Amino acid sequence: MTVHIQFFDDDLPADHALLGGKCASLVTMTAAGMPVPPGFAVTTALYDAFVAESGLGEIIATKLQNLDPGDVAQVELVSAAIRTEICSRPVPQHLREPVIAAYAALQDRFLQPVPVAVRSSATAEDLPDASFAGQQDTYLWLTELPEVLSHIRACWASLYTSRAITYRLKNGIDEQGLSMAVAVQKMVDARVAGVAMTLNPHNGDRSKVTIDASYGVGESVVSGHVTPDNILMDKVMLSVVQERIGTKHIELVPDATSGRLTEREVEPERSAVRCLTDTELKSVATLAKNAERHYGVPQDIEWALDRDLPEGEDLLLLQARPETVHSTATAAPAAQARPASGFSGLGGITAALLGAGSYAPTIPTHHHHSKETVR
Amino acid sequence: MTAASAAPSVKSFPSPSSLPVPAGAEGWEELYPYYLTFRNDATSDDKFWFCDSQHWPTVYKPFETIGGEFAVKCLGQYNSRHLLIPPADGIEFKIHLGYLYMSPVAVPEDRIAARVPEFERRVGHYFQNWDSLLAQWKEKVLATIRDMEDLEFPALPEMVPFDDIVAGKAKDGSEVLLENYDRLIQLCYQNWQYHFEFLNLGYLAYLDFFNFAKEVFPGIPDQGIAKMVQGVDMELFRPDDELKKLALLAVDLGLQSAFADTDDVDGTLAAIAALAGGDRWIEAYRAAQDPWFNFTVGNGFYGHDKYWIEHQEIPLSYIKDYIRRVDEGQDILRPVDELVAERDRIIEEYRSLLDGEDLATFDAKRGLAATAYPYVENHNFYIEHRTMGVFWRKIRELSRVFVGAGFWAQEGDLLYLNRNEVRDALFDLVTGWAVGAQPIGPTYWPTEIERRRRIVDALSTQRPAPALNTPPAQITEPFTQMLWGITTEQVEQWLADDDGDDTGVTGMAASPGVAEGRARVVYHADQLGEVQEGEILVATITAPSWGPIFGRIRAAVTDIGGMMSHAAIVCREYGLPAVTGTGNGSTTIRTGQLIRVDGNTGRVEILED
Repeated sequence: MTVHIQFFDDDLPADHALLGGKCASLVTMTAAGMPVPPGFAVTTALYDAFVAESGLGEIIATKLQNLDPGDVAQVELVSAAIRTEICSRPVPQHLREPVIAAYAALQDRFLQPVPVAVRSSATAEDLPDASFAGQQDTYLWLTELPEVLSHIRACWASLYTSRAITYRLKNGIDEQGLSMAVAVQKMVDARVAGVAMTLNPHNGDRSKVTIDASYGVGESVVSGHVTPDNILMDKVMLSVVQERIGTKHIELVPDATSGRLTEREVEPERSAVRCLTDTELKSVATLAKNAERHYGVPQDIEWALDRDLPEGEDLLLLQARPETVHSTATAAPAAQARPASGFSGLGGITAALLGAGSYAPTIPTHHHHSKETVR
Repeated sequence: MTAASAAPSVKSFPSPSSLPVPAGAEGWEELYPYYLTFRNDATSDDKFWFCDSQHWPTVYKPFETIGGEFAVKCLGQYNSRHLLIPPADGIEFKIHLGYLYMSPVAVPEDRIAARVPEFERRVGHYFQNWDSLLAQWKEKVLATIRDMEDLEFPALPEMVPFDDIVAGKAKDGSEVLLENYDRLIQLCYQNWQYHFEFLNLGYLAYLDFFNFAKEVFPGIPDQGIAKMVQGVDMELFRPDDELKKLALLAVDLGLQSAFADTDDVDGTLAAIAALAGGDRWIEAYRAAQDPWFNFTVGNGFYGHDKYWIEHQEIPLSYIKDYIRRVDEGQDILRPVDELVAERDRIIEEYRSLLDGEDLATFDAKRGLAATAYPYVENHNFYIEHRTMGVFWRKIRELSRVFVGAGFWAQEGDLLYLNRNEVRDALFDLVTGWAVGAQPIGPTYWPTEIERRRRIVDALSTQRPAPALNTPPAQITEPFTQMLWGITTEQVEQWLADDDGDDTGVTGMAASPGVAEGRARVVYHADQLGEVQEGEILVATITAPSWGPIFGRIRAAVTDIGGMMSHAAIVCREYGLPAVTGTGNGSTTIRTGQLIRVDGNTGRVEILED
């Protein structure tokens, strides 16, 4: 059966050829306990059917024949012509309908209509920026079906930018089998957002998860515009080890009509308290742990709590990348010489009793919001 | 230690002499031995002392100081004379206004290093021979209990039996009373010596793993460390597990109707026996009693502690409650598999963060702690429950001899004499009997006992001060921190509480989770029947035999106790939030108040009256 539409949470395989890099990764992440903003892929199969049935295939092949990659002006002309064709040729009804139905199904998940993003999801080394697979085109804050449909076509058309055409010609990449999937995804409406690292950046201790969190869209945390709440959690017990309540004086909130983020002040009552509940903290830490487990190396993730999603299902992973600063350092927090082990390691007990180990069983950190407790 | 605690403490607790003597308690010092009160010890009067209300939450009657004296003396001997713990000798102890106060004795700096080789030799021997020495320990302890069981206090005869004349025995039997009394005290002392043979070592192994874990995982929660070494199938949980099994069996056999009035023990057992299948249940019930009903509702340190075996209405009422819960469809069994799986998960996740030598060290130290630590819980069953259960029963038997001779009216009156006075009274009794004259006791003791009872009652109207005198800037002695939860933070908290924070209390985050509910403040085991389903237990301390209560509460708050206190362990076992060592939870919180217990942060908030 040909799959034309695949929701990220459909529990279907992350078929790279069908979904393109971007969507395949979104499907993989969802399956691995790393929920991404909900949405669906318009698959390469649908694009292929469109190209085949609309006669676009021959048109494109003809236009590209004998094209000289050095002739910049000609390449530019051909590119524009192909892209116009892609954006204007009627999409056969049987291919149009599933997209419309999927968009409606996505909207049905929310109480009110939500804006979506449309992103291209390329399949292979067809495009110059293959290392950022499928990141070429992203259209945000789309609120109407016709807009969504036209931007899906825009993504398809991005296969034929003059840069892409030149790249393929220069590198001898076959035009045959060239395809494109497209992601249609809910725009994140972040109530609270931030970053998380699967280690303690101060000492590289990998038994911790560090979370920075603030109100609104995470950009303010990433860019350093606000002082976020900073929480150090134990990765295994998922309990708070240390926390600092940030001032979080402003929040960036999306304005759907302008499609821009607007800055607004956070009321003192909200800025004075931690922006995440204990349960939410655990969820963020678990999400970071899942990312680390999935990718096999310490991760640095961006996450958000979406205000349109129900409590408990509102945590979304926006980005995960390897943490490179500390995870490559070999120095463990306490790598100094220690007695070997076991009974012969009585020196360790003795040392502990003599105060060389300065820790003693004691009351765990009391999390008074006003003060930082350093162990 | 937290950096925040480095600030020197400027505040002080009251000095012993500044504490008011409750009206009617004047002359209380005379109830206790001369060496146990501050007034005869000028040198230690200004030291820092903390109250051990964890083990002795209520006022001592004179005889009851035996438990405190034997326990704390024997604790000390292992630190100072058996194991030579380098920085720590024993713990000094005093009684003030009826409560026990403690002060750890540090080893002078210049003598610490010299103790290390002996310490390592001795502790090393124990750790290397743990299993065989522990098996030997169990035999020694059980033999002591058997010897104690065999002691009898027969009433003196009208005349010496003729057979004794014929045999030339030439003894009148009073020597048996005297010897057996002495023997009872000695056997009790003996098992208290054994009690500490492994206890300090258990804590030591835990401490060692604890320190290592804090070193490789800075800031690792204490709960995480505790969960990695805590046993799941511990003997201390067995009595409660036995009751659950009996409840399930009763449901299987359809015996519910026989449990209508469990306060009537004989009636209940007869009703059970009369039902089909009842015999099978009674057989299982009898089998469970030895040894698992040698279990006290208290902590073994008080003469009034009730033991299941002698007060079967207690286990029967717990069984009745379990039956009700089974009939309501609840799963009453501890989720042992889940607990084991969770412990294994925690161990594996921490292990996965280590490699090479660190991993080997982690495994070795955790292994040692997991081997040694269960003793810390399990020994309770052998000493506090079984030994002391027999001990107090024998004391009651002896007291009946005195009651028969008119010395006093009630079994419990003996507790108003100290243990040496009991020996005096015994000689008084046998003298009067032998001489053929009246002993002095019957005219002396009833009035004296009444006078003492009034003093003890007056002392009991006042709660102990949590500590005395000026605390040191830092509490560093590891055993004090671990056994009693006496830390720099805790001391500061107590001092802060003097400032009248009535919005809640703060203690140790002993078992994770958050729960809200109505408070039920419980001072004595006798009040346990008041605890309603869904309430939050607020107690001075809890005891292992309170186990069944934990199935119906939402959370627990205690005044005293650390990460490894009974309440902490049981709450982690039952998945309930717990805050321990609050110092004043039971006096700040009132029954009926809506409270929120945060077992992640150690805070208990009073939400509304």
